[in-house]
Amino acid sequence: MASVEFADVRKSFGTHPVIKGVDIKIEDGEFVILVGPSGCGKSTLLRMLAGLENISAGEIKIGGQVVNGLAPKERDIAMVFQNYALYPHMTVADNMAFSLTLKRASKAEIDKRVKPAAEILGLTPLLDRFPRQLSGGQRQRVAMGRAIVRDPQVFLFDEPLSNLDAKLRVAMRAEIKELHQRLKTTTVYVTHDQIEAMTMADKIVVMHDGLVEQIGAPLELYDQPANLFVASFIGSPAMNMIKGKLDPSSALKFKTDNGVELPVAKAPESAKGRALVYGLRPEHMTIAEGGIPAEVVVIEPTGSETQMIMRVGGDLVTGVFHQRISARPGETVGLSIHAEATYLFDAETGKRLV
Amino acid sequence: MTMTPTAKRNSGFGAMARSNTAVGLFFMLPAAVFLICFLTYPLGLGVWLGFTDAKIGRDGIFIGLENYQALANDSVFWMAVYNTVLYTFIASVLKFGLGLWLAMILNEHLPFKSFFRAIILLPWVVPTVLSALAFWWIYDAQFSIVSWSLMQLGWIDGPINFLGDPNNARASVIAANVWRGIPFVAISLLAGLQTIPQSLHEAASLDGATGWQRFRFITLPMLTPIIAVVMTFSVLFTFTDFQLIYVLTKGGPVNATHLMATLSFQRGIPGGQLGEGAAIAVAMIPFLLASILFSFFGLQRRKWQQGGQD
Repeated sequence: MASVEFADVRKSFGTHPVIKGVDIKIEDGEFVILVGPSGCGKSTLLRMLAGLENISAGEIKIGGQVVNGLAPKERDIAMVFQNYALYPHMTVADNMAFSLTLKRASKAEIDKRVKPAAEILGLTPLLDRFPRQLSGGQRQRVAMGRAIVRDPQVFLFDEPLSNLDAKLRVAMRAEIKELHQRLKTTTVYVTHDQIEAMTMADKIVVMHDGLVEQIGAPLELYDQPANLFVASFIGSPAMNMIKGKLDPSSALKFKTDNGVELPVAKAPESAKGRALVYGLRPEHMTIAEGGIPAEVVVIEPTGSETQMIMRVGGDLVTGVFHQRISARPGETVGLSIHAEATYLFDAETGKRLV
Repeated sequence: MTMTPTAKRNSGFGAMARSNTAVGLFFMLPAAVFLICFLTYPLGLGVWLGFTDAKIGRDGIFIGLENYQALANDSVFWMAVYNTVLYTFIASVLKFGLGLWLAMILNEHLPFKSFFRAIILLPWVVPTVLSALAFWWIYDAQFSIVSWSLMQLGWIDGPINFLGDPNNARASVIAANVWRGIPFVAISLLAGLQTIPQSLHEAASLDGATGWQRFRFITLPMLTPIIAVVMTFSVLFTFTDFQLIYVLTKGGPVNATHLMATLSFQRGIPGGQLGEGAAIAVAMIPFLLASILFSFFGLQRRKWQQGGQD
């Protein structure tokens, strides 16, 4: 087990920069998830940590040791690939034992390492099968088993769940998290799915366009997004973003470009007179008589909650309500907004002001 | 059940048109006629001629195994068998080794990759007779560029007798055959190499494999099915080689480079002994069958390729 550190790490393919100076500190035993839209550089960053891509500038340290010049096999890390990368001509047992076979470990030693790993993952009855004879979830487990047998300093996961169906994905999510709690190995996990990030991570690194947008615990990112990108990326359904300005007559009122007044809990001096974006999470509103008038556009009941898309002034607003709603599309309801849970962002820089 | 209950019995032709077997046979007919006329008949005729004393201009009569008995005591025939086996073995091993090496180089990221891949195919694209003529000049006793270069370098005193000395001649024709056969092996194996996902190599290198171990434990096992096909074809082509030898040495010096194919032609057509020539050609069949059987069993899908779906 070891800590991992990225210090001003950069990477260019030819003249095209893909990682533009990344600083991340990962503590020993932490479960860190790199999340961001496709093309943001998260997979490249992981592959640089694994030694599969060169580092153009900056330093990567594992356990305090700079690994820039080390070959993948010298870094003592194990990686689970998106397509699992199981060796098709080897049985499950041989796949898991491959790293030990290369080290010419004895048969007894191999058994001692492979058996418990197979036991943990429920692979014992499948040890003699070939990868082609396994389902997607089983292959996923074998790939993890291969990593566990290594007992490495760091586990790397590159979008490991994206080839699984939705139900299996939820199950594997829990399994990976439980595995980490049991083994306590430092883990770096890449995904584009913010739900995976929120549910599994100790710490999330939100990346966008080769840069780190924000680093923090899941709820920290949810409660205090640093900017518009993080605010829109974390949370499902996404945060509502409405353009407008503070009302010059009363600082605690936000006036949208379409002329609707929305409540604000506090407004710093710097926000006055600027073009702003009003951020409102779908969860932070209720339906109340005499609230802000909103025309119902679409209602999506899911059982435990109801999602509703409404038109407020000219802006579409999504709300999530735990009460049952009897309104029909086209009708007007009153919205009560929890002013203390709203955000104000600078429309130009995207930075959060409140 | 082949018919729905309401279907009426139709005329014989209609029933036949609906029968898959009949339609299948019908569509196979053109190919079958073609194969029978151009493969089965000549093969059968060749086997039959091997049992006769046919000469050019004279129909032979059946003489049983006499031709084969004569061959069994014929030292030139045994020399040709030895030459053919040696030629096939050495040339195939070299083609495999060099072809695999070339394929692995071409599979790396190197500049002008597609240019080199195209260049590699040249020896294969040039008609054999043309390349054989070129080699004939390269191996010329007086004007050989190889001898000339080595003499200029001061490594040898006089020109090398490439095609005049038995062992030199064998080595020379093998070299020419290897040069011609490498592209087929290299390009086919390159195609095979490209089906191996990059992530397997990455996973192996993370698992601690060195370059050699990646080759030994990942590349080679995953390439075996393709190696089996490619090398079977390569062995068949080499074993039946004719053009190269006929242009370069005509089997000489003193039969040192006669292969079974060239000897069969030599005895049968210029020599006029059709029966004996045919017998030599028939004697190649067991070797070829052995090689086909080898590939048949080698090509059986391996256990890891079976079951499940992707």
